[in-house]
Amino acid sequence: MTFTSTPPALRLQQISNHLADKNTTASVFESVKEAPADVIFALTSSYKADTYPQKVNLGVGAYRTEEGRPWVLPVVKKADRILVNDENLDHEYLPILGSDAFRKASSKLILGANSKALAEGRVGSAQCISGTGAVYTGAHFLSKHYPIKGAACYISKPTWANHRAIFEGVGIPVLEYPYWDPATKGLDLKGMLGTMQSAPNGSIFLLHPCAHNPTGVDPTPEQWRQIADVMEAKGHFTFFDCAYQGFASGSLDKDAYSVRYFVERGFELFVAQSFSKNFGLYSERAGNLTIVARTPEVKNRVESQIAKAQRAVISNPPAYGSRVVSVVLNDEKLYAEWETNLSTMANRIIDMRKVLYDELTRLGTPGKWNHIVDQIGMFSFTGLTTPQVKVLKEKYHVYLTDNGRISMAGLNSKNVKYFAQAVDDVVRNH
Amino acid sequence: MASVFENVTAAPADIIFALTADYKADPNPSKVNLGVGAYRTEEGKPWVLPVVHKADHIMVDDENLDHEYLPILGLENFRKASAKLILGADSKAIAEGRVGAAQCISGTGAVYAGAHFLSKHYPFKSAACYISKPTWANHRAIFEGVGIPVLEYPYWDAETKGLDLQGMLGAMEAAPSGSIFLLHPCAHNPTGVDPTPDQWKQIADVMESKGHFTFFDTAYQGFASGSLDKDAYSVRYFVERGFEMFIAQSFSKNFGLYSERAGNLTIVARTPEIKNKIESQIAKAQRAVISNPPAYGSRVVSLVLNDETLYKEWEGNLSTMANRIISMRQALFDELKNLGTPGTWNHIVDQIGMFSFTGLTTPQVKVLKEKYHVYLTDNGRISMAGLNTKNVKYFAQAVDDVVRNH
Repeated sequence: MTFTSTPPALRLQQISNHLADKNTTASVFESVKEAPADVIFALTSSYKADTYPQKVNLGVGAYRTEEGRPWVLPVVKKADRILVNDENLDHEYLPILGSDAFRKASSKLILGANSKALAEGRVGSAQCISGTGAVYTGAHFLSKHYPIKGAACYISKPTWANHRAIFEGVGIPVLEYPYWDPATKGLDLKGMLGTMQSAPNGSIFLLHPCAHNPTGVDPTPEQWRQIADVMEAKGHFTFFDCAYQGFASGSLDKDAYSVRYFVERGFELFVAQSFSKNFGLYSERAGNLTIVARTPEVKNRVESQIAKAQRAVISNPPAYGSRVVSVVLNDEKLYAEWETNLSTMANRIIDMRKVLYDELTRLGTPGKWNHIVDQIGMFSFTGLTTPQVKVLKEKYHVYLTDNGRISMAGLNSKNVKYFAQAVDDVVRNH
Repeated sequence: MASVFENVTAAPADIIFALTADYKADPNPSKVNLGVGAYRTEEGKPWVLPVVHKADHIMVDDENLDHEYLPILGLENFRKASAKLILGADSKAIAEGRVGAAQCISGTGAVYAGAHFLSKHYPFKSAACYISKPTWANHRAIFEGVGIPVLEYPYWDAETKGLDLQGMLGAMEAAPSGSIFLLHPCAHNPTGVDPTPDQWKQIADVMESKGHFTFFDTAYQGFASGSLDKDAYSVRYFVERGFEMFIAQSFSKNFGLYSERAGNLTIVARTPEIKNKIESQIAKAQRAVISNPPAYGSRVVSLVLNDETLYKEWEGNLSTMANRIISMRQALFDELKNLGTPGTWNHIVDQIGMFSFTGLTTPQVKVLKEKYHVYLTDNGRISMAGLNTKNVKYFAQAVDDVVRNH
């Protein structure tokens, strides 16, 4: 006779069941702990709940108009009408790797239409759940197939808050490389290259091709060359996370410089692409993982493994967002209109940088503020401290992340003076 | 120069998607696709539900709609309406505030989110998840993907072409207490065989006495009998019995929104406090995989579920689909009877939902594919929606041939 021993916890639960009435039965999830709320989403919630009329939201990286409102790109509205009126469109499952037209257009966008790697058939792709999904998918693939077991992924210090969680979530250890230099408020290239040199060969490095989040500090072409030299010498794996192509300088090609340079140098690499910001399609989760492999054959094998993994997590990706992007990227006129919409957003942000800088200069706010105009993309790493950020929140109802990062898109001509004054106060007095 | 991915092996293509690819590539004019579980009209075409078209036009004209990020757990109105749909508007558990929900990437994403949570927080470490034999091909991959061992419980009785209840209950009895059991509330995929209310009671009795965890996967609510409430019977019964549970819900089939990935994980917990803690952990995990779910599909579903007139129209569209499938079952059965095809074929009309487990063998399936250009999965499962008045005779004749001669 064999006995199956009942786990003590369950046995106690059973006894408790017998003794108590149903409603006081213990839960099988009794010991589950409360997870802390996500920092960024919590910030937005606090802002929404705040009734103060002059409140300012400089938290989440979503574009806002001069009127402080979300902006559905006119070209996206056009695409919507095209889609809704297309009698031939249905909602049949996409392939596991997503819409073919979308994937091709996405890879072409980041690598360039005349990319040799594309012509050589060694570029693969997988449609993913926006940038997060693309980073996750690439990370998950590496966790299963990267040949250097135990390799760590190095992320910049600082970086997007979610990078660590994604890699640790798939079991890849995470370490940091220096990036932000608080003294110069610029790039700590020496520190960055030093860590790349000392990291074990074949480590994974997560790089921001442009519009670094949260610092807004990007390497120059010469600095990218030095980075590529070390990456090559050490045999490290390049994983680009690109959420702002077109948003940084306003030029899609210019913003893709670093990725294209690395491809030209002969690197194999992953590029996670998000269309949340540059298409304003945040909630529709349009994203792509571009895969540059040594050969078409390797590319096919990598894609097949990614498809296998995706099937057991999402099965296949959502069509709507990818259809909008695909319609636009594959139509000459709509593409040109999109570039204009992009410039509108990028330029308003560049204007706000200038206006904020001018205000701080006018107020004579202590410290140097060039970084406001030198930094690139949606964010500015102000250099404000966590205690100063607290005062901004509590005294001025200005919401930003504890690391002093502000989303420039949250500023407009109506609140920029108010914000500058608040900064001036906390710098002088807190 | 060598590739860092030199040693990556090619993964085999997904069976169902490969089947569809083969079908598409086949130039034979009489070809029939009975593979993937997607609804087809009498004309053999996909069907965008009229009520979905309506919702689309409402949304495209709504100046107030933007594409701002949803919360991590998704659209609140969608989550509430989804939980209400499966548990019933008068659900006491909902009234008691102990029902949680997470918007997920359709049914797959909901099963994944629940499985991932269990892999991290289920108190019985090394508990296995038991799946029915057979079940949807992807169930095993999802649970194994998050590191939960997978075992099977008997389900399909090849002799009676019905439910092997004794085998099922026996496996539940023998499994270590506190195991996880993945149950299909209705329209079992692939067999189409569902337990009766009395059988559900027996299942619940054993699940309760063994302290097993109930994980329902419902992809066909409304599609099985045509009635949303009737199809939810087993879930509501289990809630009434006092079970905590997860319910993965897909809106792919019953809204025809396949590619838009509208799904929900409903969580029935002992207390509101525990529900909150579970949701917080699911949000934390989701943030590192998808960040937040896609809005479009959930907006369509939410619009419809929360509007009385649209809801009614949706029920009408659902009945259209369910009834056409039921009539195809009858037509196929009648054809096989006319032909005097050897064997009993009652199971064609007795089985419920989108699929029929024909009982055909893998060699017979091969002949159907190669000789007749009829595409179905090797286990003999056919998607009834692929049949229509133009091809049902052809298919019946093909079945008759393979049963007699192969």
